[in-house]
Amino acid sequence: MSSFLPPPPRHSDTQPLDEHAGPSTRSVHAGVSRPERFDAIPVPIVETATYTFRDSAEVAAHMTGEHPDPKREEYGRYGNPTVRALEERIAALEDPTGQAECAAFGSGMSALTTAMLALLKAGSHVILFRDGYRRTRQFVAKTLAAYGVEHTIVEPGDLTGVAAAITPKTRLIVGESPTNPYLHCTDLRALGELARKARVKTIVDTTFATPINVRALPLGIDLVVHSATKYLAGHHDVLAGAVVGNPALVGLARDLRGVIGGVLDPHGAFLVARGLKTLALRVERANATAMKVAARLAEHPRVSHVFYPGLPTHPTHAVAAEQMRGFGGVVSFRVKTDPEAKGEQSSLAVTSRVVDAFRLARIAPSLGGVDTLVEQPAIMSYYELSSEERRAAGIEDDLIRLAIGIEDESDVIADVMRALEAP
Amino acid sequence: MTVEAKDDRAPSSTLCVHGGDRPDPATGAVEPPLHLASAFAFDDAEQAAGAFRGDNDHFIYGRWGNPTVDALEDKLALLEGGAGGSAIAACATASGMAAISATLLTLCEAGDAIVAPRSMYGESARLLRERLPRLGIETTFVDQTDPLAYERAIGPRTKVLYVESPANPTLTITDLAAVVAIGRRRGLTVVADNTFATPYCQRPLSHGVDLVVHSMTKAIGGHGDAIGGAVIGDAARVRAIKETAIKTFGGVLAPFNALLISRGVRTFALRARQSCATALALAQALERHPRVRRVFYPGLASHPGHAIAARQMSSFGALVAFEVESLAVGRAVLEHCRVVTHAVSLGDVRSLVTHPASTTHASMPAEARVAAGVADGLLRVSCGIEETDDIVADVVGALDQAASVTRI
Repeated sequence: MSSFLPPPPRHSDTQPLDEHAGPSTRSVHAGVSRPERFDAIPVPIVETATYTFRDSAEVAAHMTGEHPDPKREEYGRYGNPTVRALEERIAALEDPTGQAECAAFGSGMSALTTAMLALLKAGSHVILFRDGYRRTRQFVAKTLAAYGVEHTIVEPGDLTGVAAAITPKTRLIVGESPTNPYLHCTDLRALGELARKARVKTIVDTTFATPINVRALPLGIDLVVHSATKYLAGHHDVLAGAVVGNPALVGLARDLRGVIGGVLDPHGAFLVARGLKTLALRVERANATAMKVAARLAEHPRVSHVFYPGLPTHPTHAVAAEQMRGFGGVVSFRVKTDPEAKGEQSSLAVTSRVVDAFRLARIAPSLGGVDTLVEQPAIMSYYELSSEERRAAGIEDDLIRLAIGIEDESDVIADVMRALEAP
Repeated sequence: MTVEAKDDRAPSSTLCVHGGDRPDPATGAVEPPLHLASAFAFDDAEQAAGAFRGDNDHFIYGRWGNPTVDALEDKLALLEGGAGGSAIAACATASGMAAISATLLTLCEAGDAIVAPRSMYGESARLLRERLPRLGIETTFVDQTDPLAYERAIGPRTKVLYVESPANPTLTITDLAAVVAIGRRRGLTVVADNTFATPYCQRPLSHGVDLVVHSMTKAIGGHGDAIGGAVIGDAARVRAIKETAIKTFGGVLAPFNALLISRGVRTFALRARQSCATALALAQALERHPRVRRVFYPGLASHPGHAIAARQMSSFGALVAFEVESLAVGRAVLEHCRVVTHAVSLGDVRSLVTHPASTTHASMPAEARVAAGVADGLLRVSCGIEETDDIVADVVGALDQAASVTRI
C-alpha cells in the first residue's frame, strides 16, 4: 500500500438508519449496515457449529454476562453472526424506531410454534380465528391440547367474539392478517388495544403482508411472526421463519429456540438477508400487479367471486385500506361452475382445467417468490377431505389462489386471461 | 414455459424471472437445484461415447459444463441476445477479467493487434498495455468518441475493435453502430464491455456488436457477493472462446456463484429500473447544486455523448460522476455520506461512492490522473436500489456539509 494513501474511513460497528429512511433503503441497509471484519460489504456466512474462546477467563466472562462484546457467540444453536445480522434487519423493517428484536427460525412453523410454546403452559388458554393457517389450528387442536392448553376458535376478525372468549386463563390471541386464502384483514389496532386491556399477549402472522405493507408492532401487536420462506426471502429457495417484537417476549422465544432447536442455518440466513435487499421492490411490484389482476378478474364472466383486500367489494377492504400500505400479491377467486355437475363438468374438474391452462404461473404451494404460482386449495392443502368437509372448512372446489410474482404485469394478466379460456 | 425475449426493448422482469429456466425434471423443484458435482455418471458406454462426440447433451465433467452454470448461461443469452434466439450463446467465467482475457486471447495470436478506447476499465487497460504485448499482441488506444479514430488505427494484423460505452470515469459514450460499421467493412470482430451499461440499458448485440463481455459481479449479480463474468454472442464464436476460457485456462464459474448470480438476475430488471431512476434524479439534483462544477451523466443534455446515448440506450445507467472543486472537498463528501457506502465496485443494491483521486488513482502523479480524466474533485456514485429521495438527500447533504467544513 502506498504510504500517501489516505487512512481508511472509520466505520462504526453499526450505523443506525434515520427513523424516516424509506422502505427500500431500509431493505438494503437496515441492521448491520456497515462493513465489519475484512471490510466486506455483505455479511459473511459464518458456517460454524461452535465458537472458540481464548482462555477459561473469557468463557467465565461470557457465562456471567461480563464479556465486553455483547454479541459474543458461544454455540451455533444459541446464535450465529450471519443469523443475527438477518434478525437485526428484519427487526428494523418491522420497527424503524429500533426498539424491536427478532429471532430467526428454520421455518415459519418453527417460529410460530416456538413463540406460542414460550408464552403458554398447561392450564392456559389461547384464542384463535377460524380462518387461521390450517397447520396452526392443527397444532393448537392436537399438540397443545395434549399438553393441557385450552383454546377457543372465533369467527374471522370478530373482535367482539374475542372479547367474549377471554377467560382468566387466557394468555394469548393468535391471528393472521391477511389470512389464507380469503385475505381477511383484522383490525390490528383494535385487537392490540383489546388484548392490552385484558392483559393478554398477541401474536399476528403478517407473512402475506410483509413489513412493506403492514407493520403490526406500531399498531400495538406484541409479536409478529413470519414465514420468511415467502416474501422476505422471496426466491423459493430457502425455508425460514421469524418472530419479531418486544425484546422480552422475543427473548423467551429465542431461549426456547435454544432448547427445541429449530434454528436457521447460516447459509439459509444469508439467502434470506440477500432476498430482503430487494423486498421493497418486489412487494411494490407484486402489489401493483395483484391489484390489476384482481380488477380484471372482478369483471370476468367466468369468475364468480374475487377475494382481494384492495377491492372495495372485499369484506375487510376498509380495515385493509386503513392499516396497509399495499394489499399484497395474493389474489383468490372462484370459477363459475355448476355445483350439481359431476365428472368432467364438476366444479373440481373445471377448476383444475383452468389451473392447468396457466403457462407462466407454475402449479405449486407457497407464495411470495419472484415467480407467480397458482394452486387449487381443494386438491392441494385440503386434498384428504371430501367436497362436503372442504365446504364446511370454507374451501370451495372452484377456488383458485394466485400468488403474484415480479414478472411484468402485462405477462401475468395475459396468463390469467388465457387460463380462464380453458374448457 | 419458454419465454422469448422481445426485440428492441430492455429485458422484461418476466424474462429475468423465467428466461432459460428448466424446472428440475427429477423433483419439480421451482428453483432449479444447485449441482455441485464435478463429474457426471453415464448409463452406459454408448451414452459416454455420444457425450464425448457431442451427440447428446449429457454432462461429462464439471469444468466443461454444469447444469447450474448452464442455466445461468441460457439466461444471459436471453438478456443480451434478445430476439437473436438460439443463435446466441453465453459462456460464464470465474470473473469479468477471465471473460475479457479469454475472449481476446481466442481472437488474437502473436502478431495480431487490437484497437481499444483510451478510457476504459483499469485492469482491462493493464491487460492490453502490459500482458498481451508479451504474447506479441499490440494495442492502439484511441479517442473513443471518434469512430474515425478507430478506423485510422486499424493495421494489417488488427483483429479486434474493443469498445466500452459508457466508460469510466466520465461515462464517455462511443457510437456503437459507427464502430460496428467500420468493423464489418474491415472484417474485424467488435467486442463490447457492457458492464457499465447493463443489458437493461443497452444491448450491443442488437447494434451489430459481435461479442459482449461482462463482469457479472456488478449489476447482473447485483448483490455484491459473487464474482463472475461472461462472454455472450454468436454461438459458434462463444463455443471457441469457451474452449479457451474454460477448458484451457480453467476460469470456470463455481456452481454456487452461478446460483447466486441466477438469483440476482431474477430481480435484475426491477433493480436496474430503480437504479436508473435514482441516477437520473441524482444527476439532475447535482446539476443544480452550486458546489458541483460538472456532472457527467449520459441522460443529461449537457453530456457530450447524450445524443448518441439517447439513440443506443433505453435508459442511461446507474452511474453518475461529478466534479467538486478540490481533492479535499471530494474526500469530505465521501466522509459525510451516511447511506451511500464508500466502496469501489458498482451495480450493487447499495449505493456506492468512490473518489478516484484519493483511492484507486492515488498512486498516479496528479498530471497523469488529469490526463486520464480523473480530476482531483471527481466523485462517482453507483446508484443502488434504495429510495431515490434517500440517496439524493444523502449525497446533496454530504455536499452541503463538505462545503461548509472546507470553507472554515
